Amino acid sequence: MSFFETNIGILAIVIGQCFLVMLCVLASLAFIMYGERKVWGLLQLRRGPNVVGPFGILQSFADLLKHVFKEIIVPTESDKVVFFLAPLISFVLALIAWVVVPFDDGWVVSNINIGILYLFAVSSLEVYGVIMGGWASNSKYPFLGSLRSASQMISYEVSIGFIIIGVIISAGSLNLSEIVLAQKSDYGLLSWFWLPHLPMVFFFLVSALAETNRPPFDLPEAEAELVAGYQVEYTSTPYLLFMIGELSAVLLMTALITILFFGGWLSPVPSLPDGFFWMFSKMLLFFFVFSLIKGLVPRYRYDQLMRLGWKVMLPVSLGWVVFVSFMAHFKLLNYARW
Amino acid sequence: MALYFFYFFASTAILSSFFVIFANNPVHSVLWLIVTFFSVAGFFILVGAEFLALLLMIVYVGALAVLFLFVVMMLNINFAGLRSGVAQYLPFGILIGLVIFIELILAFVPWDFKEQSFNNLSSPINLSETNTVALGKVVYTDYFLLFQCAGIILLIAMIGSIVLTLRSRPDVKRQNITEQIFRDPNSSIEVKDINPGEGI
Amino acid sequence: MSENLKYLTPELFLVIFNLSFLCVMLFVKSSSILLNCNKIAALALIITAVLVYFNHVDANPIINGFYTSNEFTAFFKMLILFLSSVILYLSDAYLKKNDLLKYEFPILINFSVFGMLVVISSNDLMTLYLGIEIQSLSLYIIAAYRRDNLKSTEAGLKYFILGALSSGLLLYGISLVYGATGSTQFHTIYSAIMYTDRTLGMQIGMVFLLSAIAFKFAAFPFHMWTPDVYDGSPTPVTAFMAIVPKLAIGAILAKVLFDVFGGISDKWQLVLVFLSGGSMIIGSFGAIAQSNIKRILGYSSIGHVGFALMGLAAVSPEGLSGFIIYLFLYSIMMLGIFAFILNMEKDGVLVTDIYLLAKYSETNPATSFAFSLILFSLAGIPPLAGFICKLYVMMAIINSGLVYLALVGAIVSVIGAFYYLRIVYIVYFSESNDKLDANIPAGHLLVLFLSSTAIVVGTYNLLGIEPLTRAAAESLLY
Repeated sequence: MSFFETNIGILAIVIGQCFLVMLCVLASLAFIMYGERKVWGLLQLRRGPNVVGPFGILQSFADLLKHVFKEIIVPTESDKVVFFLAPLISFVLALIAWVVVPFDDGWVVSNINIGILYLFAVSSLEVYGVIMGGWASNSKYPFLGSLRSASQMISYEVSIGFIIIGVIISAGSLNLSEIVLAQKSDYGLLSWFWLPHLPMVFFFLVSALAETNRPPFDLPEAEAELVAGYQVEYTSTPYLLFMIGELSAVLLMTALITILFFGGWLSPVPSLPDGFFWMFSKMLLFFFVFSLIKGLVPRYRYDQLMRLGWKVMLPVSLGWVVFVSFMAHFKLLNYARW
Repeated sequence: MALYFFYFFASTAILSSFFVIFANNPVHSVLWLIVTFFSVAGFFILVGAEFLALLLMIVYVGALAVLFLFVVMMLNINFAGLRSGVAQYLPFGILIGLVIFIELILAFVPWDFKEQSFNNLSSPINLSETNTVALGKVVYTDYFLLFQCAGIILLIAMIGSIVLTLRSRPDVKRQNITEQIFRDPNSSIEVKDINPGEGI
Repeated sequence: MSENLKYLTPELFLVIFNLSFLCVMLFVKSSSILLNCNKIAALALIITAVLVYFNHVDANPIINGFYTSNEFTAFFKMLILFLSSVILYLSDAYLKKNDLLKYEFPILINFSVFGMLVVISSNDLMTLYLGIEIQSLSLYIIAAYRRDNLKSTEAGLKYFILGALSSGLLLYGISLVYGATGSTQFHTIYSAIMYTDRTLGMQIGMVFLLSAIAFKFAAFPFHMWTPDVYDGSPTPVTAFMAIVPKLAIGAILAKVLFDVFGGISDKWQLVLVFLSGGSMIIGSFGAIAQSNIKRILGYSSIGHVGFALMGLAAVSPEGLSGFIIYLFLYSIMMLGIFAFILNMEKDGVLVTDIYLLAKYSETNPATSFAFSLILFSLAGIPPLAGFICKLYVMMAIINSGLVYLALVGAIVSVIGAFYYLRIVYIVYFSESNDKLDANIPAGHLLVLFLSSTAIVVGTYNLLGIEPLTRAAAESLLY
């Protein structure tokens, strides 16, 4: 029996894989951050970061160092433990979600049966970082921001859940790899789920924006009203952890869209080989869309946001579940791939 | 291996539920409650019910506890004031607690599990299926009556919360978004030709 | 599976009606339909009762052993459906007057009734639990239905918190019983207890179970919520709570005692004697100091629950039959009383003070007479039906050798007679200047007179329900 078959060996492999994924995600975050700022720069007819390194490509690392070396300021009346727990939770949750994401056929740390449920659970827990941070700061603006964020995330989680259920019904599995494989056929991108679930792609995109507190739904941190929402009292590394957590959650949402509706690592053209490249470029594409939205769409008012969540998203996505179940039950139009 | 995990989850579950009760700050109580939920989800994973474990996380931690937290944060109750009468009720409370505790001991000391309950424990479901499938097959066939009844309970709770809280105030102006969207400039803007110095 | 659904026809009809009524009413703006929503819902209940009458009866448990449909359940179901529809009809005027008429009210009542149907038919502790939850969750909500009224919200909250506690007890009891016997199904537990498992844990589970049911039944050590909740709730809701759940919970209590723990009746008999004696004593002494008629009826219902439980404590077929007869006549009497109370108005405002009834007999002699007759019957004055059913349970308990309980019952009913007769005294002889309004709608009068006629006619042959209760009791005892 070789070392890699013993308990400790297996543990070592798993830990190694986790580290690899974590490193890749964190490293790509740095460049994605840079890319995002470039996109906003272009949208606003600016240059964006262009000083640190060639084309400013090392800007994110400079920011990292700047944040880390600053002094950590703790508000005197704050709840210290919860205050520091909040950014940690936000950061950790954003990272642990990646263990079930398949980047290619078999390229997944833990290929569990209920991967999609796991992702949904983790993304629903992300609200805790925000709400705990806002409360522990013991200050009005962060508190208001965290309350807003809590209700917003819960509202949109519901519609995300229903949209996911629709896809699950089509795929017949809760396993992310199987959901991707259910979209495989000789017709390339025409057999991906975006076509049968077309309206839900847009709904999911909007819900994902709201769930991750991205513009135009970034009300928890609306500068004009709440200074910076739940992050007001945070400085230095804790602030950085919040930032990374948020950005990683956004990246996770792009991965989720890719897997659910756009065939994960499958190639769009039948003759080309499938692979990690496709997954990565699709995620980049959706991240680009997210950045564009941030640059282009004005912020929603809070009551409009809630109205959209409960009165539009929820009924329509619920109706869509009924529709998909109907189509799948009678095996119409290839809605049921099982 | 699984045994160590069991002891780990069991001890965190018990400890954190103690902290739920003894935490001075209600927000901390809720946070400890979340830890308890996590440990219980760990139990479910240990017995191979990963679907239930994640459902517990999504429903209890992801939604219910957030609402708890929300309410507790918003309420701003003076808990010191609430506790002021504790000494008065404490002896009686301790007496009742003691009686129930002794009853529990009496019940569990001669406890003897029926063989049948062990049979129920050891997975009545088909092991070749994932437990999501197995659960679905049981819930929608053998237990459909109970499942639907549980659904009706939730529906009643929803109707109830709406009945008890929804107020229609006729004096409040509300935004009708569809109406706003379908407004057209021709009907809402009137172009007037005004000569200087005359007014409308 | 689908062949089993035929047994569920009435329940399915009721639920489907409720759901579609809810959806339709969301979009209905027509006020004539809104004004009649109570009557529509009452009609649905009547149709359900007819469906119950024609429903399939099977001696064996159905739907994987979760459910039963036999003479016993059919009897109680029809009674409950009929009474609820009458109460829905009676509550119409009150709701309109107090601006509470919304379509959610009949829907919640109907859901509560559905819960009771499930409770009565349950043949499994899980079904029992879910049924009780459906039933009481709707009740909590309609208890707080006048949400702008402090007393009503208080009633709803008290009822909810204590009800949640009792649900906890129920679940704990269920889990203990399940752990000891390895099943939640009534007949399996019955045979398990019969032959082997009489462990202490199982008995403690049983006590928890009985306590939880006693909570819902408002029996003695668990009665504290009753006067406050009855007083605070809107009067139609009080009427509903005082009459209908008593029948459902009574039915399931009898079923749990005989169908589940039938083998160890020696163990629970003492519990029931305690519940019964305590309830009778509390019921008669508690009401003496009260002048609010809803609180008096709260205590009165506790006392009557005590008398009814006496029938169960007898552990005999005649006792069980007496229990059913008692519940039946109690509900008939209460229906008449509430038809009157719902119209106790002064200057158009509903009042509950009994002293305002002074000299009511001068303005409304016929109504006063019918009302007093029912009060006499509730007090147990011979030869009215209220006396006959007390006699039934007492005979049963004496035959089982528990003479002291019968003695307690006799003494207590003499004391209890005081406060019923005080109301009659006020109605006929008390001096007062301000009088109640004397206009009672014809439908309410009809219910009042029918109820008082029933208790007079009932002295002759108990309205012919005795053979029915015999059959029901036998189907329960096999």
